[in-house]
Amino acid sequence: MMKNLIKSNTVIMLIFAAVVLTAPMWTAPIGANYPDLLQKFAIFGIFAVGYNILFGLTGYLSFGHAAFLGIGSYTAVWSFKLLTMNVVPAIILAVIVSGIFALIIGYLSLRRSGIYFSILTLAFAQMAYSLAYSVLTPITNGETGLQLEQQDPRIIDSMFGVVVTDGLPSTNLFGTLMSGYSGFYVAAAFLIFAFYISLKIFRSPFGMKLLAIKSNQTRMKYTGFNTKPYLLTAFIISGMYAGLAGGLLASIDPLAGAERMQWTASGEVVLMTIMGGVGTLIGPLLGAGIIKYLENIFSALNKSELTEIFSFMPEWLQTIVVNISNVFVGEGWHLTLGALFMLIVIFLPGGVMEGVTKIKDFILGIFGKGEDNRTAEIEGEAK
Amino acid sequence: MDAILIQLLNGLDKGAAYALIALGLTLAFGTLGIVNFAHGALFMLGAFCAVSFQKILTISKKVKDESITFFDAYKEQPYLEIWWGDTGTAIIDYAVPLSIIMAIPVMLLIGFIMERGLIRHFYKRSHAEQILVTFGLAIIIQEVIRHFFGANPIPTPAPDVVSGSAAVGAFFGLNENLVYPWWRLIYLVFSAAIILAVFAFLKFTTFGMVVRAGMADRETVGLLGINIQKRFTIVFAIAALVAGLAGVMYAPILPPDYHMGMDFLVLSFVVVVVGGMGSLPGAVAAGFLLGVLQSFASMTEVSSLFPGIDQIIIYLVAVVILLVRPRGLMGREGVFED
Repeated sequence: MMKNLIKSNTVIMLIFAAVVLTAPMWTAPIGANYPDLLQKFAIFGIFAVGYNILFGLTGYLSFGHAAFLGIGSYTAVWSFKLLTMNVVPAIILAVIVSGIFALIIGYLSLRRSGIYFSILTLAFAQMAYSLAYSVLTPITNGETGLQLEQQDPRIIDSMFGVVVTDGLPSTNLFGTLMSGYSGFYVAAAFLIFAFYISLKIFRSPFGMKLLAIKSNQTRMKYTGFNTKPYLLTAFIISGMYAGLAGGLLASIDPLAGAERMQWTASGEVVLMTIMGGVGTLIGPLLGAGIIKYLENIFSALNKSELTEIFSFMPEWLQTIVVNISNVFVGEGWHLTLGALFMLIVIFLPGGVMEGVTKIKDFILGIFGKGEDNRTAEIEGEAK
Repeated sequence: MDAILIQLLNGLDKGAAYALIALGLTLAFGTLGIVNFAHGALFMLGAFCAVSFQKILTISKKVKDESITFFDAYKEQPYLEIWWGDTGTAIIDYAVPLSIIMAIPVMLLIGFIMERGLIRHFYKRSHAEQILVTFGLAIIIQEVIRHFFGANPIPTPAPDVVSGSAAVGAFFGLNENLVYPWWRLIYLVFSAAIILAVFAFLKFTTFGMVVRAGMADRETVGLLGINIQKRFTIVFAIAALVAGLAGVMYAPILPPDYHMGMDFLVLSFVVVVVGGMGSLPGAVAAGFLLGVLQSFASMTEVSSLFPGIDQIIIYLVAVVILLVRPRGLMGREGVFED
């Protein structure tokens, strides 16, 4: 009884919302409670949760999702330039436009599976990236990136008589500026909403069908089931999530550059999803959080700070440790990322979530009720 | 006509690099069933073999500069010059071709270690996991190189003798002024030789025959009492060597930097897929095809007609080919479709 209650949607969402909204408090001890980082947690969390709907449920490895993030950003910035500085239309437009692109790209790419699908998505994303840098410069402003200008028309704003006299206008949500903690809370609200949709999808017949496609698509087809529309829907939904994340990125910092669409950016979201745990609900969020947090910590460190950290050691040992660890911090943060990532894939293919499950089983095993408990649980769910 | 010839040569040159990397990728995939995202890093390591060999040769000592008499001036003089005089200078000049001597054992060793240390544990894992773990490895290799060599491209000039240009125009009976860098021509010949050597090796040696048999049916070959695993490991090392040699010879054309591997990897993967996963001739053909197409697309006549086409042509062709021919140009049925 108690167990069912804990697993109900409402309770999960309440707990989740509480955890997310109190993030500025509980991240304080690890030194992550400043708005910039929290915003990144929320935004990349959305990106990863959306990516997981495609990769986690259907097993289709897309290497081009950053394109949707970029498209979302460009759309949002254009909305700021042409319509209004309010973020609501910007984000709605970002989601819609990236959804349309996801429809087109997904329709074509999903005609193939396996690595052919990965390469097709990669090809489309690289095309978007190259075009944004070259021919589409009037729309994307090329290498400089798309920026706001004081002379932008902002039709809706000017209808309401908002006139910008000096400096650049800031993005806002009906008057509340999108900087600092308010920016985080807006992103967090979207994150909670996005997580809710993802939870609903995971627990719906639609989600089950996607899982069935992942485990054996051929069999699904033999039973007379057309898998294509379901795959396409999943692709579009995850594309829209990416667009939402892109729109939010642009809302917080109204600037869009093509490097957001590069394939390494697509690789990053794959890393986040894998790091946390593919196909689990909360895993991708954890992955996004861990990567962004570590990036923040490691890329900020430098040699003198390392010397301070290891100052408790004897001097000769300190020199060695500092010199070795210096390779992994600052500019070398990607090295840490690569190493961490390899370790995860080699030893914990299920990501952090698998680690959590293993530890849980181990502890339950000590008390002699590990396996029994799990079978009972599975039987309970089956009923 | 002149422009077309130049672009054709440019395209073949670029295509040769794609083909060599794609060939190694296909070898690794066809034998071990591994999708190796770290293959571009091997290409980059090859280029850095040339860089480090050049650095080793030019290890210098501060000596007094005799040509300046007003004050005490010092200059760096490589030990090789001090010891052997002109012979030493000549050796330094030929650093890039000579570095092949170093690259061969180094790349074979790297390939061997990579296979035994990492890839071996991933035979039975899903392709997605193989892609991810080798992607992580590629990041690590790349960052290590950046740590030791810095982020800037390092110029590695070709020997003086071939640093000029060849009068290809006169050779083909076209415009006398039409010239093309010697080194690029050498690269083209070199790549063709390597590709032919790999094919000959697989076709005409007993070892190659066993490998081909293993590619077709691994289990049966194993049942015949042949240690196919060992051969496949050697094939992987050879694939690493091919990528490495491509990198060594490419160093004078494009000064190596730490992310050149990734740049080439993405394109090479497109090449492999366009050629058809697991097909060696397909990989080579697609490599040259895409290289040539890319360079024709960068001609002013073409890009004024379709602006931006030079940036996306490869991906565009890949998309069209994959949608029209599901398994690429020469792919076999049932490979990689799960």
